[in-house]
Amino acid sequence: MSPEARQLVTSWGRTAATSATVVEPTDLASMRTLVHADVARGVIARGLGRSYGDQAQNAGGVVVSTHHLDRVTALDVDAATVTVQGGVRLGTLMRVVSRFGLALPVVPGTRDVTVGGAVAADVHGKNHHRDGSIGRHVTRMSLLTADGTTVDLRPEDGDRELFWATLGGLGLTGIVLDVDLRLLRVPTRWMRVDTVRAGDLDAVLAALADGDRRRYSVAWVDCLAGGARAGRGVVTAADHADPDDVSGSGAPARGARGDPPDPDPPARVGIPPWVPPHVLNRWSVQAFNSAWFRAARSRTDALQAPSGFFHPLDAVTGWNRLYGSRGLVQYQCVVPDVVALSDLLDRLRRARAPVFLAVVKRFGAGNPGPLSFPQPGWTLAVDLGADVDGLGALLDAMDERVAMAGGSVYLAKDSRLAPELLPVFYPRLDQWRDLRDRVDPSRRWQSDLSRRLSL
Amino acid sequence: MGAVGDPQWVALVGGTSEIGLAVVMALAESGRLQRVVLAGRDPDGLRAAAQLTTVVTGSAAVRLVTFEATRTATHDSVVREMFQDGDLDVVILAAGELGDADAELTHPDEAVRLAEVNYVASLSVGLRVADRFRAQGHGTLVVLSSVAGQRGRASNFVYGSTKAGLDVFAEGLGARLHDDGVRVVLVRPGFVRSRMTAGRDVPPLASDPEDVGRAVVAALRKGQETVWVPPALRAVMLTLRAMPRGLFRRLPL
Repeated sequence: MSPEARQLVTSWGRTAATSATVVEPTDLASMRTLVHADVARGVIARGLGRSYGDQAQNAGGVVVSTHHLDRVTALDVDAATVTVQGGVRLGTLMRVVSRFGLALPVVPGTRDVTVGGAVAADVHGKNHHRDGSIGRHVTRMSLLTADGTTVDLRPEDGDRELFWATLGGLGLTGIVLDVDLRLLRVPTRWMRVDTVRAGDLDAVLAALADGDRRRYSVAWVDCLAGGARAGRGVVTAADHADPDDVSGSGAPARGARGDPPDPDPPARVGIPPWVPPHVLNRWSVQAFNSAWFRAARSRTDALQAPSGFFHPLDAVTGWNRLYGSRGLVQYQCVVPDVVALSDLLDRLRRARAPVFLAVVKRFGAGNPGPLSFPQPGWTLAVDLGADVDGLGALLDAMDERVAMAGGSVYLAKDSRLAPELLPVFYPRLDQWRDLRDRVDPSRRWQSDLSRRLSL
Repeated sequence: MGAVGDPQWVALVGGTSEIGLAVVMALAESGRLQRVVLAGRDPDGLRAAAQLTTVVTGSAAVRLVTFEATRTATHDSVVREMFQDGDLDVVILAAGELGDADAELTHPDEAVRLAEVNYVASLSVGLRVADRFRAQGHGTLVVLSSVAGQRGRASNFVYGSTKAGLDVFAEGLGARLHDDGVRVVLVRPGFVRSRMTAGRDVPPLASDPEDVGRAVVAALRKGQETVWVPPALRAVMLTLRAMPRGLFRRLPL
């Protein structure tokens, strides 16, 4: 491991860059040798670097790219299952399976993540209230463990504890080599979308609850609007469209005729590498949020391409650069009740924090993963510039409110949590630690996050 | 140290320095400090500083390390001890003395000693810490320079020259290690009311140790690399630096 291979590594939030030896093994054998190499500060796998904080960084240690694990090894159309390697990008997989009338059962807010990363973060999508997180759809995975062996893991038999510890385990149990995933059979590639423009938080929550009828639902909330408009937002709810919706009479949406949409289209615009500082400030964000709210129109059964519905931000390459050189922090929490949710939004509004559209959605039941994030209730996600005045104190106060409500904060996006709160947000943390001590007693797997949170 | 810039593991070299301790106290406000290393010469002063640190941080583990600025041969083991419990996010270099320009003029050995304490020791410890930071792949060195290093004045030119050397060293070290994940924050306070300056006339734009502490915390949060305390000194010094020597000499500074 020559020090010349050292490079600065940062993630989507572009904060807290640290230097690590980045290696890109070209096959499994060379990946395996890493496990036995003399590495004082451990190894962490890295996919597409889309986690927001220091999950896939390892200062002074080794960061191993999974990009050679790029095969879709088996697709069973009749059974609607796929075997896919850990380094495959979700967007690529979505495009492959879409040709056979299939779709991924869970799609996070960006398709620029790998399958391995999705497992390590136990990602959820807009259908969590109905379909749970990705963990519910993984029927098997193989994991490269700290002793250099490859183990097959299943949710219900064999070493199922290790299976569940790996879901949401942030790469700290090993490297996800491949995954068997159950797919969703879809009638068309289109989405049939209802949009509700809701004037205040109550209306947003009512529309979201109503959206439970749909497979997918999500709300975008304007955190800067005050007074009677506090908590106003736009709720979208959708199902996969039926052939009748697409070809039927009525008024099909623009672009619905012709070829079915590509679930993984190229980005439409890019943010230039150099952005003037403070582009996103209280005033510009407020103006954007208002304009965006006014532009929204309530309507039902509109056809939309899946990329537009699931991944509006993927259309803009490098949108994270808008936050300037200090980068951004994403904060995502879940709370069981609407009172806590409303308090959290209130805090953001009172702090006059320039939140560029907060995302609110319903969560259904969680899963047995001790570090898996989702639990029943409401989840809130906000992006904030890392240089916002008083950001640390604001987020600490939000943590406190989340803890009081019995909620949790998402580790896949964390970059600043107080370590003492970890067992509060993850009550089964000890169980996870015991298991990790069993499978990795010498701490072969380490990351900046694992050190920062004493995980 | 996380995205927001609140460190968890901190060391102070010059463990009884008022300004240095004020920085540690200001860092403690985030509630994130888990480990604090205090490296200094005076055992009683260190113990008192440790007590203060424990009270303010609530639960941080405090390690005391014996550090003598002028004994550079011991600095290897000093730095090793500082890192004994693990990574450090921030190391503050605050060991320094003010000296006495009248005495230095007639006793050159006094001037040499001041240079050893303020400049040579900071080089010695700073480079060793930088090496550790490179190995751990991250770290921020906070260097307490001074506006006195910006121009040579009749009243404190030896002190000023030690700070000028330290200032250039810190700036260059930061440039050298930027791609190694290491940051150097250069702090340039004006007159700070402290034990070190007790009894002297207080000039305009003076500050308190707490002001320096707050300014360092803000710089870590905002990712600033150069900190003037108070901020107005930046413009003042820009003007003074542009001034011809003949004119500068006549200023009542």
